[in-house]
Amino acid sequence: MTMSEPPYAILAELTHRCPLACPYCSNPLALEPRDRELDTATWKRILDEAAEAGALQVHFSGGEPCARPDLEELVEHAARVGLYANLITSAVTLDRARLDRLKAAGLPHVQISFQDTRPGENDRIAGFPRAFERKRRAAHDVVDAGVALTVNAVVHRHNIDHVDEFFDLALDVRAGRIEIANVQYYGWALANRAALMPTRDQLVRMDATIRARLSELKGRLVVDYVVPDYYARRPKACMGGWGRRFMNITPSGKVLPCHAAETIPGLTFETVHDRPLGAIWRDSPAFERFRGTDWMPLPCRDCDRREVDWGGCRCQALAISGDAAATDPVCELAADHALVAEIAERDSTAGDHPFTYRQRAPHNATSTSRGMLETADGVTNV
Amino acid sequence: MTIAITEQDRVRLAPGVVLRHDRTRDQWTLLGPERVLVLDEVALDVVRTCTAEDATVGTGIDCLAAQFSAPRNEIAGDVLELLRTMRERGFIAS
Repeated sequence: MTMSEPPYAILAELTHRCPLACPYCSNPLALEPRDRELDTATWKRILDEAAEAGALQVHFSGGEPCARPDLEELVEHAARVGLYANLITSAVTLDRARLDRLKAAGLPHVQISFQDTRPGENDRIAGFPRAFERKRRAAHDVVDAGVALTVNAVVHRHNIDHVDEFFDLALDVRAGRIEIANVQYYGWALANRAALMPTRDQLVRMDATIRARLSELKGRLVVDYVVPDYYARRPKACMGGWGRRFMNITPSGKVLPCHAAETIPGLTFETVHDRPLGAIWRDSPAFERFRGTDWMPLPCRDCDRREVDWGGCRCQALAISGDAAATDPVCELAADHALVAEIAERDSTAGDHPFTYRQRAPHNATSTSRGMLETADGVTNV
Repeated sequence: MTIAITEQDRVRLAPGVVLRHDRTRDQWTLLGPERVLVLDEVALDVVRTCTAEDATVGTGIDCLAAQFSAPRNEIAGDVLELLRTMRERGFIAS
């Protein structure tokens, strides 16, 4: 058994409901229904247990966390137990009155996603009319309310050439921070990989653009830049390492090492009803399975980067190599590395591949088993 | 074109940043948007002194030089560099 350090943060997925239908969503294809969502009292207990376990931050996420009417109460509770709260939102339903209530409850930071810098394109990707205007207004409201703002730019083939404009947008809405987040291909995003993957040329241009802006932005805008995996030579330290930094709580209360972990066969996950978070973190088999370096295959085990990237991403190893315990194929030392380049090349040149829009979360469990996905422009089989 | 921090500047914690003691690990931290900065004792003194309500960076350096009984110009160089780095990383604003 590898000794675990305390967690730094919990990702609280309050709901899988969301007004948007972004095809790059990393929520699972089987969205958890509304009637399975945890109640307010249980979320408060989870926040108590997270603080007790040593977490410093909570990320209220989803789905759209603003869909929960008890968000203010949960933010207030997080502040009371000493957790720094981040609200990760699409912001299309976030108005000034609610922001003021959240601020009063102790919310220090809001992260707003933008689907593009151009309203028409933004709204097409989001599958929601006039989303851009709502987001822009909400972003101004956040700053006016005295809350720190991050612009989250989710980047893929359709908007990667606008990265310069994303910086301008962030400055215009007076954000303190921007995340240039290349799509991570899990959940709905994986199903849409052929519609989203940027080309290598696009990536090279984006990289040059970002580097050209960085010195001018220093001291004005913090830039966090997630390099797109499929074109990398070494993998990312996914979640900062399995069971090292984060724990993810799903809307129904499953406790996961990462939000895509349920795709991995053979792992069973405890829920918040089974044991306190700290105990689950410490020694549950799912958290122990890929924690540290003992589980690693070669060449990871002998690699001098094994405690830098922690073997990369288990869900990606599964998705591409078919084995969650394999070396992340993004690594150039992995047996399947050539496969990654092949996929990137094939998917990035798939042309006008249609989006499969993210489904609306169902109201109850019985309505999930339709086998068909409603999309904004019809119905697509998956 | 990074603008240097000068002794005349007044710095404060950036919006959304709070100074907090981490009980579990027994260390001081700055908590900000999806980030944590662990402060050692010196950095903690710098933050507390230089972001105090009526302080400028210069008066902060005066206090720190007295507190550490160290040559003022040495302290000043280190403090200005630390504050510049912390501003670049979004933890303080001027």
